[in-house]
Amino acid sequence: MTDTVPETKRPPVEDWATDFDHTHPDYAANAPEIWDDLRERCPVAHTERFGGAWLPTKAEDVRAIAEDTDRFSSRGIIINDFRPELDIAPRGYAPPITSDPPFHQEARRLLLPPFSPKKIAEWEPMARACCRELLDEVEAELAAGGDVVDAATAYAQDIPVRVIAAMLGLPPEDGDKFRVFIHRILETPGQHEDLDPGETLVAYLSEKIRERRERGADGEDLISYLLSVEGPDGNRLSDEHVFGTIALLLIAGIDTTWSAIGASLWHLAQHPDDRRRWVEDPDVRLFAIEEFLRFYAPVTMARLAAEDTEVGGCPVKKEDWLLLSFPSYNRDPEAFEQADEFVIDRARNRHSAFGLGIHRCLGSNLARLELTVAIEEWMERFPDFELADPGTVRWSTGQVRGPRCLPVRVLGREVSA
Amino acid sequence: MKISYDRDACQGHNRCYQLAPELFDVDEEGYAVLLVTGEVPAELEEKAKLCADNCPEFAIEVEA
Ligand code: HEM
Ligand code: SF4
Repeated sequence: MTDTVPETKRPPVEDWATDFDHTHPDYAANAPEIWDDLRERCPVAHTERFGGAWLPTKAEDVRAIAEDTDRFSSRGIIINDFRPELDIAPRGYAPPITSDPPFHQEARRLLLPPFSPKKIAEWEPMARACCRELLDEVEAELAAGGDVVDAATAYAQDIPVRVIAAMLGLPPEDGDKFRVFIHRILETPGQHEDLDPGETLVAYLSEKIRERRERGADGEDLISYLLSVEGPDGNRLSDEHVFGTIALLLIAGIDTTWSAIGASLWHLAQHPDDRRRWVEDPDVRLFAIEEFLRFYAPVTMARLAAEDTEVGGCPVKKEDWLLLSFPSYNRDPEAFEQADEFVIDRARNRHSAFGLGIHRCLGSNLARLELTVAIEEWMERFPDFELADPGTVRWSTGQVRGPRCLPVRVLGREVSA
Repeated sequence: MKISYDRDACQGHNRCYQLAPELFDVDEEGYAVLLVTGEVPAELEEKAKLCADNCPEFAIEVEA
């Protein structure tokens, strides 16, 4: 890849097998090449950074970790220098994603019905309308001059924000606020002591939850659902529980889907054959979406070892971090034919982009819907486009991987008089 | 061809229902429900194989 690598304060990585750093910009730019190299010569990389962490790259090792919730705990799912306190297990900070059995199932079960395939399908017209609105804005921007648009920030980024706002029954213009909240939490944690307490996610959501409770929670939206549903103990959920769940949905659903849409557009911008196939063959789209998800899987999770154990023959100590690289799983030649090639009509595609085992992405049906509609609508409007300048594309660092800056040149646009 | 489905292994990835709604439905929590018992109708054999090959949890098996 020729994409830019921004400056960083992270020390340079000497050898990815013994000193890996997934928060380093070199990883953001070259992750697939790094996994391929490690898978051949390692295949479980280690680092002393973050107080000790492992990076298994083979599909069988990733699956074994995801399936073994006794040995590998979800108490910590985002690797950093600090480990969450031991006594917050099995619930964790943000159930169900940070929970272990048996608590996990209780927290997850409540959320399954509104995110089931048939319920999510009802949101399709809304998602489509949202994409069209954004494309109208893009078109207006292009008409005002130039033929280049940042597909990551002017399009992909806004789709999950607006859709989840609608599902929660919150005004679309509040979407921008969520993005600020999420950015603070995920990308610059602990750097906002001087913040006005009224301008935080906590203050914002507490207010909305209070309003909804006073108005009578009888709407079709998710906040109403959460306020009216009975928890496992037969009681209504507390405001804290409702708040925690909504915060998790915002955090888990926005950057992830943004990344998947952006990476798919990045691919299409560089592959005219795949663009043509998408346009001419509607039957290929179902397979193309799964291939985007396999090839550009945006999400890597983490686990904490609950005991001294081993992974792929390597000695893992209790409290070591493990990266659960679903993206590397998806590129393992032992699990996929032509693993390193994007095959738009790949029919056998047992990918793990939405995870494996009990934590399977709760939002997978929604994410798939948004990705499908986003690409369909973009391709309908702009079937021909290319990277404006590969040197200006920038990928995110860390455990959610996707293009954050993606200038594309729209080709063959008819200039209306 | 015979098809079998393991409800305990299913995590609701919903690949089967997307690929072959003739063979699988989903319940209100999003878990798969196998619609055929025993023999897969001949015209659906290809689709049954697709379901088995795409389930991330290996919850579906077909036997020729
Ligand atoms: C393409 C977009 C997305 C990808 C690739 C993705 C990926 C993942 C993965 C890999 C996990 C497994 C976590 C683990 O094993 O620890 C997960 C869990 C989860 N995701 Fe997503 N996700 C996406 C979009 C969404 C959306 C749109 C939502 C909701 C609005 C969402 C909500 C969740 C929740 C709540 C969990 C936790 C489930 C549990 O622990 O039981 N995700 N996601
Ligand atoms: S594809 Fe597999 S895991 Fe997904 S719903 Fe079907 S049987 Fe269940």
